[in-house]
Amino acid sequence: MGGGVPGDGAATGFSGRDEIRLTGVTRHYGTVVAVERVDLVVPRGRRVAVVGPSGCGKSTLLGLICGLDEPDEGTVDVLGATDPAGRLDRCAWMPQRDLLLPWRSALANAAVPLENQGISRRAARAAVRPLFERFGLAGFEDHRPRQLSGGMRQRVAFLRTFVAGKEVLLLDEPFGALDAITRAAAQEWLRAALDAEPRTVVLVTHDVEEALLLGHEVVVLTGRPGRVTSRHAVDLPAVATRRELLAAPEFVGLRDQVLTALERHARAAPAEG
Amino acid sequence: MASSTSADRAGQRPPSSRAGGISRGIRRYLPAAGVLVAILAAWELATAVFGVQDYILPAPSAVARALVDRWDGTLASATWVTLTEVLLGFAIAVIAGLVIACGLHFSRIARAALYPWLIGSQTVPVVVIAPVLAIIFGYSLTPKLILVALLCFFPIAVALLDGLASVDPELRRLMRTLHGGRWAIFRRVELPAALPSMFTGLRLSAAYAATAAVFGEYSGSSDGLGHVMRQAVPQLQSALVFAAIALLSAMSVALFVLVTACERLLVGWAHEGKKDR
Repeated sequence: MGGGVPGDGAATGFSGRDEIRLTGVTRHYGTVVAVERVDLVVPRGRRVAVVGPSGCGKSTLLGLICGLDEPDEGTVDVLGATDPAGRLDRCAWMPQRDLLLPWRSALANAAVPLENQGISRRAARAAVRPLFERFGLAGFEDHRPRQLSGGMRQRVAFLRTFVAGKEVLLLDEPFGALDAITRAAAQEWLRAALDAEPRTVVLVTHDVEEALLLGHEVVVLTGRPGRVTSRHAVDLPAVATRRELLAAPEFVGLRDQVLTALERHARAAPAEG
Repeated sequence: MASSTSADRAGQRPPSSRAGGISRGIRRYLPAAGVLVAILAAWELATAVFGVQDYILPAPSAVARALVDRWDGTLASATWVTLTEVLLGFAIAVIAGLVIACGLHFSRIARAALYPWLIGSQTVPVVVIAPVLAIIFGYSLTPKLILVALLCFFPIAVALLDGLASVDPELRRLMRTLHGGRWAIFRRVELPAALPSMFTGLRLSAAYAATAAVFGEYSGSSDGLGHVMRQAVPQLQSALVFAAIALLSAMSVALFVLVTACERLLVGWAHEGKKDR
């Protein structure tokens, strides 16, 4: 990484942009086109939820943004960085599976990003401990992952992502494997966490409610190859409880819009299912 | 599993067996000890009933007598010599296995160039090279160490290499987004994840070590349990031979127990909730 002077040209991997911008991004694996000509803009500090059917290339998109993968066509720009190393520097990724290390306690798992930066074991754990308190995980510090419930494991995994200290968080169906009741609580928790600690977030999900609850904007992706079909700004009333929010006419209307967009495509191309 | 006291383990056992680790250990090994006692008793009885000569098949009591009578002067020093060969050779094998596995894991070129030779090294029969080593190095310690190390490094290297390679690729990708470089991934993910596999290799090697040492001694030595056996067989001192065999077995079991203890200490997490072995 060469300093980070804005606007010193694409050759060094810096564009000076203050947003995530995907332009005409296409990626295929062999003959399978995962995503095709995707345009997506996420301004700094915003939370964008990408919704689409299974296998529509949502996860591919996150890999491309964080620099673990490169597009075959098009450009990916993450807050000014266009090269993979620069993007990797700016993004933390939370995969679908928690991928916690079974030999480490919850606290030690969340401290991994700090240890990776050369901070001592003890100092890293001391730095992470207050976060357990703050994010409602107090008392679980010394539990091994196998002793935690699925919902708790995902929270620890999110905390680990958060501890990496990156500007951009890429969340890949963080609560996809949880049952409905656990998922609702986890979504509430994540919403509160992101409200308290705003980050630029790209959330990928197939759960429309989750997208509306967590995103400022919802982007609908079609299936195989993945393409953006519609965008929906999420403007919801400030209400106290999740239950009230789910019943609010604005929420119901938006959910219907998004579901219609998803359904329209599913009907148009049933063979691709 | 003495280190594990978590609730999920307790739930798998009937409450009565949760009392004290010692009584649990005794209960666990009681069946195996019972089998040993039964065999020894039958053997003793058979030699007495059929009047078998001591030089053909000594009774366990005769073996025990030989063990005591010949301890000073013969068996004590021989045991010490063989134990040294086994432990040193095993230590060399562990170090070599670790170095080779890590080297091949990190370097694609090294893997391509050396992996076939690694496999190839195992096609050489130890029985054949033992005398050759004796010719080159004489009756010294060196040929025995080479034999033990040669036989023991292979399971360790292969098991560790396998463990290092079988780490979830998504976990490596995840670590890269969490500031993890090549070394951090190795140290915090690959190596700990590969340890259970490595210990499987270590336990195999522990079982081979004593055999290899005796092979070395058979091919040329002036002391050691293999030497004692080689001398005792033509003199028809069968009880002494059996005493040496008993000591060798005890040595192997001790090494095995040592490895298992290290395993419990280092990778106890992998055995939580697993069946007792």
